[in-house]
Amino acid sequence: MLRYFVKRVLTLVPILLVVAFLVFWLMGQTGDPARTMAGETATEEQLEMMREELGLNTPIAVRFGRWLSDAVLRGDFGESLYGKDCWQEFALRFPHTLKLAIASILLTVVIAVPFGIISAVKQNSWVDTLLSSTAMLGLSMPTFWMGMLLIVLFSVQLGWLPSGGDDGSIYSLLMPMFCSAVNNAALVTRMTRSSMVDQIRADYLRTARAKGVSEKKVILKHALKNALIPIITTIGTQLSFLIGGTTVIETVFSWPGVGSYTVASIRSNDFMPATCNVVLISILTAVILLVVDMLYAFVDPRIKARYKRG
Amino acid sequence: MSEYLLEVKDLNKHFDTPKGVLRAVDGVSFTLEKGKTLGIVGESGSGKSTAGRTILRLLEPTSGTVLFEGKDITKLSRKEMRAMRKDMQIIFQDPFSSLDPKMPISRLIGEPLLQTGMGKNKKQMEQRVLELMETVGLPPRLYNAYPHELDGGRRQRVGIARALALDPKFIVCDEPVSALDVSIQAQILNLLKQLQRERGLTYIFITHDLSVIYYFADEIAVMYLGKIVERAPAEELFAHPMHPYTQALLSAIPEPRLNSTRKRILLKGEITSPIGLPKGCRFAPRCEKCCENCTQVEPELVEVTPGHFVACHCPLAYE
Repeated sequence: MLRYFVKRVLTLVPILLVVAFLVFWLMGQTGDPARTMAGETATEEQLEMMREELGLNTPIAVRFGRWLSDAVLRGDFGESLYGKDCWQEFALRFPHTLKLAIASILLTVVIAVPFGIISAVKQNSWVDTLLSSTAMLGLSMPTFWMGMLLIVLFSVQLGWLPSGGDDGSIYSLLMPMFCSAVNNAALVTRMTRSSMVDQIRADYLRTARAKGVSEKKVILKHALKNALIPIITTIGTQLSFLIGGTTVIETVFSWPGVGSYTVASIRSNDFMPATCNVVLISILTAVILLVVDMLYAFVDPRIKARYKRG
Repeated sequence: MSEYLLEVKDLNKHFDTPKGVLRAVDGVSFTLEKGKTLGIVGESGSGKSTAGRTILRLLEPTSGTVLFEGKDITKLSRKEMRAMRKDMQIIFQDPFSSLDPKMPISRLIGEPLLQTGMGKNKKQMEQRVLELMETVGLPPRLYNAYPHELDGGRRQRVGIARALALDPKFIVCDEPVSALDVSIQAQILNLLKQLQRERGLTYIFITHDLSVIYYFADEIAVMYLGKIVERAPAEELFAHPMHPYTQALLSAIPEPRLNSTRKRILLKGEITSPIGLPKGCRFAPRCEKCCENCTQVEPELVEVTPGHFVACHCPLAYE
């Protein structure tokens, strides 16, 4: 088990290196940082001086190596065009993103898993139809549109909730949390339903009933536990997306998170913070997916056996 | 109180399908004495498994009564029925899919004990599970193993231990060996026999394997498309099959003899669709002896010689 874990962590290293290089290189292709800094009116000489100063004339491999060693050895991810430390900027915004991500994923699980189970148990009944079509609606509603509708209703009309920002209270969290949970919950509901439907027909549920196990336990202990793998996968993937910051939601609700910051950096050709954010988020994503893979082992003894073999 | 452990009267299980009503079990009646084995045979789709499950109310019967020790279990509430499962158990056909892959053997066998509160004491429960494992010939080291670590024979032993956990009086064995290797089949059959002798169990043994049933059953019922077409003590049925379908089935048993002169009766075509059955005898379209009357009137199950029932207009006489 530990061996498998170590192996997985080690394989992450080359993957993350490639990701970091790709991001570093691609960001460099999006525009000329020297031009951005020096402004539209700068002469060619001024630009050349600026490039020399920023080290842009050295080959990309050298620049990447330098950036990487600074980042890994000294935790220095470079500075933004405005002279701000990229790591500090990230650290300032990440807690907001994390808070929103966790709140939203919890809401997703609390809504979606029970809905999915009910849908599967009452398959093809009116309850199932109602829940499935609600899920379909949630899945097809554009997030930004729903966000704006919510703001119009709860902030403008009723004045109950702040329209944006994170003031640390539950009130400012409610709308963004709900908004980003709706899509995910819809997907998880459908996933739970289809996974449970597969299990409900399984022979061992009949065995459990023959044992005299109560229906509630048949569903929760036997069926749900076997249906969990695809559900965990979906939720894990969603969490990794949320950790990267949901750009749309953060923009609509002026949420001071990583996502909106990254997009703003890219838009203003601010090369360093954009690179730093994307690389850090890649690492977090990889870690979350690894955790999900390890979770499988606790849910399914067959996977555990496979991990044990290394 | 009746003298029979199990009395099934006019049991029906119909499924509504888009094409029409499917009569999977159609007016099945029989009685079963304590400690005896009733074999139910028939080809795929004859409704034998459905009958077994309906008797245990794992499927709700459409109509009919099932008297277990004189008590009609079709009238019991869900809760009463759960309590009743203590006495009536089932061993499933496929030992691969019928065990929850997420549970260790100890839980799979012990779960019925927990359900009835017999497993309150942890120590006692462990003791009981190990006892059961020993009874069915599973080594104690498999206590914490998972089903995927066992071969088919051992899995089926888990299925049997599970069924035995609550000391049932009656077990439906639903093709318990058909998914197993032939060498293992004999082991499992011997185990079931031995358990029957030791505990006075009553079995319904469902199978399509006639050589197995001859070895195992006291009485045999032959099912065709949801109906019992012939029922007789095992010896009698094998010696004097009366229904043309039974004859065809018996003639299909492979014989380990070269130059066997026995005539094989080959049935024409597939089993008829159980939806929208024709008037008359349901075996008529495939029957060699089919006559005018057969396509008009459905034959009743009548006692031709003592203990030998057959549903056929022109039963084959003793040969």
